[in-house]
Amino acid sequence: MKLRRIKAIAVKESLQIVRDPRSLMIALLVPLMQMFVFGYGVSLDIRHLPLCLLDHENSQQSRDLLARFSASSYFSVQSVARSEREIAHELDHGFCQLAVVVPADFSQRLVDAGVTSVQALLDGTDSNSASIAAGYARSVVSGFSADVQLESLQRRGGTVQTQTPVDVEARVWFNEELESRNFIVPGIVALVMAIVGAQLTSLTIAREWERGTMELLVSTPVQPMELMIGKLLPYFAVGMVDASICLGLAVFWFQVPFRGTVATLLFTSALFLSVVLCIGYLVSTAIRSQVGASQVALLLTMLPTVLLSGFAFPIDQMPAVVRGATYLVSGRYYVLILKSIFLKGAGVSELAVPILFLALYAAAIVFLAARAFRKTLE
Amino acid sequence: MNGAARIVVDRLVKRFGDFTALDGVSFEVAPGEIMGFLGPNGAGKSTLIRILCGLLHPSQGRAQVAGIDVAKDPEAVRTRIGYMSQKFSLYNDLSVVENLRFFGGIYGVGRERIDARVTEAVSMAGLSGREDTLVANLAGGWKQRLALGAAILHRPPVLFLDEPTSGVDPESRRRFWDLIHTLGGEGISVLVSTHYMDEAEYCHRIALISGGRLAALGTPRDIKRLGKEAGAEAAEPTMEDAFVALVGQAQGGRAAA
Ligand SMILES: Nc1ncnc2c1ncn2[C@@H]1O[C@H](COP(=O)(O)OP(=O)(O)OP(=O)(O)O)[C@@H](O)[C@H]1O
Ligand SMILES: [Mg+2]
Repeated sequence: MKLRRIKAIAVKESLQIVRDPRSLMIALLVPLMQMFVFGYGVSLDIRHLPLCLLDHENSQQSRDLLARFSASSYFSVQSVARSEREIAHELDHGFCQLAVVVPADFSQRLVDAGVTSVQALLDGTDSNSASIAAGYARSVVSGFSADVQLESLQRRGGTVQTQTPVDVEARVWFNEELESRNFIVPGIVALVMAIVGAQLTSLTIAREWERGTMELLVSTPVQPMELMIGKLLPYFAVGMVDASICLGLAVFWFQVPFRGTVATLLFTSALFLSVVLCIGYLVSTAIRSQVGASQVALLLTMLPTVLLSGFAFPIDQMPAVVRGATYLVSGRYYVLILKSIFLKGAGVSELAVPILFLALYAAAIVFLAARAFRKTLE
Repeated sequence: MNGAARIVVDRLVKRFGDFTALDGVSFEVAPGEIMGFLGPNGAGKSTLIRILCGLLHPSQGRAQVAGIDVAKDPEAVRTRIGYMSQKFSLYNDLSVVENLRFFGGIYGVGRERIDARVTEAVSMAGLSGREDTLVANLAGGWKQRLALGAAILHRPPVLFLDEPTSGVDPESRRRFWDLIHTLGGEGISVLVSTHYMDEAEYCHRIALISGGRLAALGTPRDIKRLGKEAGAEAAEPTMEDAFVALVGQAQGGRAAA
């Protein structure tokens, strides 16, 4: 392998990138756009859900509970219904997504049995938002019940002070928000990087075939490995800018708490980027038309990352075979790494295992991609 | 002769599936010799050149370039050849000098020599003063001379030119052939395919290929004589007359066989 050749290719490829400002703009704008589209489209963190209330009891306690719904930023009360019929109408027409119904014996049962319940009716067309809405409703109710419990304990005597219920505290702390946006956005970063990274390189070989420059290139002493490294380097630079855009949006726009270090983040992102760039390159060596290569690259990165990286569908709930398949998806490791860095502040040592897997993955795919390119016209 | 020959082609066969594109072609090219490939469309000229560049694998037979077997060690061949493919294959979105520097780097021309070589190639192509012009904006003749300049940056002993002058004006073609002769004079063996009969006259020897077979081989004068023997009617047959007669004979012979 000669550094001189790698440099010649990297310089040539960089010049071509710069000479094509339209493609460069696309390469930088697409991740920005995708972050917003996926970020808001998939983001399960819903605020100001249209809510409809129905209070059959109208007691002090039921009004207290409903006041909490009104005060919560998760919900915005659209209407106060007087009958089940009205509720059905509101839900059917999509005026509200969630209806909370307080039964007539709400506080009575609380006194009698110490337990009571409210009914939540959900618009299930969007099952994701529905389950999130249910989660929010539960957290509002559990906040309420914690206070009720606390109150009744205090009413019964002074000893309770010491055992102010820890689990109640925990339930209040349990924030549905963690389940949604904070968990989802790192996954979206991985998704966008996978798509954009593979797209960047999927055209690089196919373009040379289409323009007829490849025939001359393969007649030269250039080695497949040199060609690959030289071609990937400039795209690596572009890809790191894309990664910074995505990660920056995650932190500053979507406000995902960032507890790790920038160095760990950049290191692991560079590793993942190398993997997806190589996937794109691999596709490019196999498919000689630009359109075909770009479509296959999109399919190969988007589908597995959406379905099997664990960012949208929890891996531990998958059937064993499918779960096994997730180990073949590089996004799986990066999603795990990102979540750990963002939410737990994990460093390189805690992430040794997924980093190792990702590195092995990168090595394997570099090997494959370098071998896939044959210096022949056949 | 075998020891001294730069290119040795020995009963070379190339099949694409059922189709035989080259059917037992043999010839040799000496150092400094300019060998022309003449033949109708689809005769197998490009296929032969591609095999010699190590881009296609021969189905049968043997081919040696600069003493190296192309099937066994195509990589070693690649450091010793320059190639101009039939389709223009420099980068249109790079400037003259950027293209030359790129190929210089790829061919492994040393840093200490590259500047001089690039300057030389630029002046050889007559592109002095246009170093920074994008190749896309050059006219055909300039492009072809630039491609030739790029192909010899590393001073290969063997040069393959596949229809280098097609679609170029006569004046540019003449200049191009002057360059080829200069290179031949420096001892470079040049194998050049062409459609133009007048260009065949500039070659030391001509291989006339038809239907994947060698229909005739020899100096331009030999070819004309063979043409006359093959039935060209004129008292002094032109290259064109000889070509028509020999291709006709080759095709007729095959039909009869
Ligand atoms: N990769 C391939 N697969 C199948 N057939 C091929 C392939 N390459 C060339 N051929 C066929 O082999 C024959 C010789 O092609 P070749 O390109 O060598 O001809 P040529 O003499 O260069 O013609 P031209 O003057 O048009 O360039 C043609 O019939 C062509 O269709
Ligand atoms: Mg041809």
